Amino acid sequence: MSTLIDILLLSLMGITALAAVRMKSLFGAVMLTGIFSLLSALWFLILDAVDVSFTEAAVGAGISTVLMLGTLSLTKSEEKTSNHSQIIPLFVVFVTGGVLIYGTLDMPDFADPLAPIHTHVAPHYIEKSGAEIGVPNIVTSVLASYRGFDTLGEVTVIFTAGVGVLLLLGIGRRREDGDE
Amino acid sequence: MTHHFILRVITKLLIPLILLFALYVQFHGDFGPGGGFQAGVIIAAALVLYALVFGLNTASAVIKEWVLLVLIPLGVLIYAGVGVASLLLGGNYLDYNVLAHDPVHGQHLGILLVELGVGMTVAAVLTTIFFAFAGRGHRDANGNLLPHSALSDEIRNRKDGQP
Repeated sequence: MSTLIDILLLSLMGITALAAVRMKSLFGAVMLTGIFSLLSALWFLILDAVDVSFTEAAVGAGISTVLMLGTLSLTKSEEKTSNHSQIIPLFVVFVTGGVLIYGTLDMPDFADPLAPIHTHVAPHYIEKSGAEIGVPNIVTSVLASYRGFDTLGEVTVIFTAGVGVLLLLGIGRRREDGDE
Repeated sequence: MTHHFILRVITKLLIPLILLFALYVQFHGDFGPGGGFQAGVIIAAALVLYALVFGLNTASAVIKEWVLLVLIPLGVLIYAGVGVASLLLGGNYLDYNVLAHDPVHGQHLGILLVELGVGMTVAAVLTTIFFAFAGRGHRDANGNLLPHSALSDEIRNRKDGQP
């Protein structure tokens, strides 16, 4: 049963991705990327990564879709037909895809208990989190406490992204007109 | 402004639930799935939904832009401040054990504050990015929002190929 759901979800994701690539109407393409994000949120849910699934559903399917719609309201919503040769892009895509697949060959099997990631610090987190942190959710104790520096870095990245957008687009008062 | 009657009613019903869920994810993150980042994006999603249906002007009356601009650094400062506090109390940076008499209580307090900081910054940044994008071309020289229709109307009313 679960294999069936896996196959169904992954093939739906494939179909959505192909449809988004072939779609000429950018509005439709944006909607399809939203659907793709929703499907990958489901996929994360099946992989037991509920936190990632939440985030993907809210950011990928929700906010980034809306941001792209906001961009569409400023530009044309029909894709320009290109006269360039499509052989070089196709070549780049196939080479990149091939390299990515080649990279996965070295990865440990899915849920392999002997994989390096499960033998380094993870056993300590799983065994000691209850006594040291006292928080039932180990994901939270790893993110906020054991790996607090990393999360601080992530928040700083988000902060920087916000500042960057504000500097480029800006909200609130602008002072460049010299009327201040 | 009588478009999307059903959307408006459903949105009004949904937004309190979305916000409540965000608060649950924020403060129950120690026990269930979720945490500051997830709660932040859910809050931002609720605000973006509100702005989509009721227009940017109404949304910026609900949450003022300067509030967002204060919340963005405040979240980072809370996070980094917890680290400084644990330094001052004699521990390492971001070592929550020293925040309370009992190390486990200290961890609880530290995680709660840190997640709060994360939630604030994430929610404010995502909402600000949306406001900045959606407000393009709808501001006067001083950067104040001009009255305009909701983004949903704008996309719907536009003819293809005409920017």
